Amino acid sequence: MKPTKPALDVRALKMDFGGLRALDNIDLQIYHGEIVALIGPNGAGKTTFFNCITGMYEPTGGDMIINPVEREPVRINRLKPNVVTEHGLARTFQNIRLFHKMTVLENVMVARHCRTKAGIAGAIFRDPKTRKEEKEMVDFSYGLLDKVGLGQFVNELASELPYGAQRRLEIARAMATEPFLLLLDEPAAGMNPKETNELDRLIMRLRNEENISILLIEHDMKLVMSISDRIYVLDYGKMIAQGTPSEISEDPKVIKAYLGETFDA
Amino acid sequence: MDYFLELFLGGLTRGSIYALIALGYTMVYGIIELINFAHGEIYMIGAFTALIVASALSLMGMSGLSLLILAGLVAVIYSSAYGYTIEKIAYKPLRQAPRLSPLISAIGMSIFLQNYVLLAQTSDFLSFPALIKEFEFMEPISHIMRSSELVIILTTLVSTALLTLFIKFSRTGKAMRATAQDKTMAMLLGVNVNRVISVTFIIGSGLAAIGGVLISSHIGQINFYIGFIAGIKAFTAAVLGGIGSIPGAVLGGMILGWTESFATGYVSSDYEDVFAFGLLVFILIFRPAGILGRSTSEKV
Ligand SMILES: Nc1ncnc2c1ncn2[C@@H]1O[C@H](COP(=O)(O)OP(=O)(O)OP(=O)(O)O)[C@@H](O)[C@H]1O
Ligand SMILES: [Mg+2]
Repeated sequence: MKPTKPALDVRALKMDFGGLRALDNIDLQIYHGEIVALIGPNGAGKTTFFNCITGMYEPTGGDMIINPVEREPVRINRLKPNVVTEHGLARTFQNIRLFHKMTVLENVMVARHCRTKAGIAGAIFRDPKTRKEEKEMVDFSYGLLDKVGLGQFVNELASELPYGAQRRLEIARAMATEPFLLLLDEPAAGMNPKETNELDRLIMRLRNEENISILLIEHDMKLVMSISDRIYVLDYGKMIAQGTPSEISEDPKVIKAYLGETFDA
Repeated sequence: MDYFLELFLGGLTRGSIYALIALGYTMVYGIIELINFAHGEIYMIGAFTALIVASALSLMGMSGLSLLILAGLVAVIYSSAYGYTIEKIAYKPLRQAPRLSPLISAIGMSIFLQNYVLLAQTSDFLSFPALIKEFEFMEPISHIMRSSELVIILTTLVSTALLTLFIKFSRTGKAMRATAQDKTMAMLLGVNVNRVISVTFIIGSGLAAIGGVLISSHIGQINFYIGFIAGIKAFTAAVLGGIGSIPGAVLGGMILGWTESFATGYVSSDYEDVFAFGLLVFILIFRPAGILGRSTSEKV
């Protein structure tokens, strides 16, 4: 059933920090429309992996190739973060990194930057084209905020939102860049069970309705097991297992890495 | 009363110029946390450019408002090009370096540009033509306020208002605010941070050039050193108002302008700087982040 070319194809990725090998020969593929989870104990290298594919770190070795829908493959090693985003990758962070002094709407509109053009001349002369683009930008942002259930907060400062809403705003903001692959770093961190539940549904809906693939780092095993198509397990920079949720929950290597933690598939 | 008004308006005029320059300091600081010590030189280069252009054009028979606008426009473009280039040469390569390095680079740039103008032009004061003519409708109050003062105050008002709207509402303005708050995140959302930084330098330099042209026309003479003094004063204004804050830069400029003007008028011009810097120390004791600055580094 899987199309031949993965949305993201990572081969033999290596990342060294001085003497520390944070990522050692990592292979990982995400196919279009998949929800894939990347799990592993603290310090395993999960965030480092995200930092490599989003252009924040330059990997020591390996290849990272993306195959956007109906476009040529792109090797994203050494591309700048904003260029990677233009190619259709978007991410959130483990800790909340909203623009706290901007409104909810403005946070999303900043993320439209790379999909719009109006320059300084447009801002000064306000020609019809600029005005049209601005209107589209605002409409798009409102639509997106409604979709993630933040419609009632548009004009509030990001810092004034409840915690769960801030997390959803981060996802909306990433979605505003129109990615084909969304990378979520511990989106459920700090959430209560009700918020986690809403997040679960939101992630499913994004995949189903927006035609995107999702790579998810998450410690909440219940969430991981319920929404992932496949799971990769990282430990001390090495990929120790991969497979479906039920395969992973029975893998002795995984159980050993997590030392006694139990999984409910 | 007239004397008070004259000092008040004189202070407002000085304050406006400080504000125009301080905006550049504060915007650059807001975005890359750098005190751009070469910023005063941009102002000086703006004044020199206008002098050269105005001299050439008036030889060709141009005069009046069109001369002011054309000379001003060339000065703004030329200064912006300098601002843009300085950032690319002196600051961009040092963006990952320790904070002190770009600061030293900025001081080096400042000294370089001063000496460059000193050698290319002259160390003497050059007389600067009065590009702003006395308006007839200002005749009745000419003993309190000159037309050039009116033009300076109004220009500052309009520039600041436009800048505020630009930063609040435009696409680039939003990107500037986002970059000021979290550069990495802005980049990851597709904002070309290098371009945003360039735009910041260009706008700040353009505003400084406007200040340079207007004040030179008002005072009537310039030399290579004017940028250093005005730069230090405007920097003081930016810190006074809260560096990183745009309304703070304007407020700081005005307070500094009035302090100097009243100190000169009621005490002695020798004490102008004593009062200005005394005030700075006094305010910083009570509000270390400046009047409108937040301790959590409120930016742009
Ligand atoms: N910029 C860096 N410089 C040096 N070492 C780093 C850097 N970034 C990460 N590391 C190291 O790489 C290893 C992996 O860190 P990483 O943040 O990727 O872990 P993680 O799997 O995301 O953990 P967590 O679940 O706690 O978020 C750690 O040992 C960390 O100290
Ligand atoms: Mg992490």
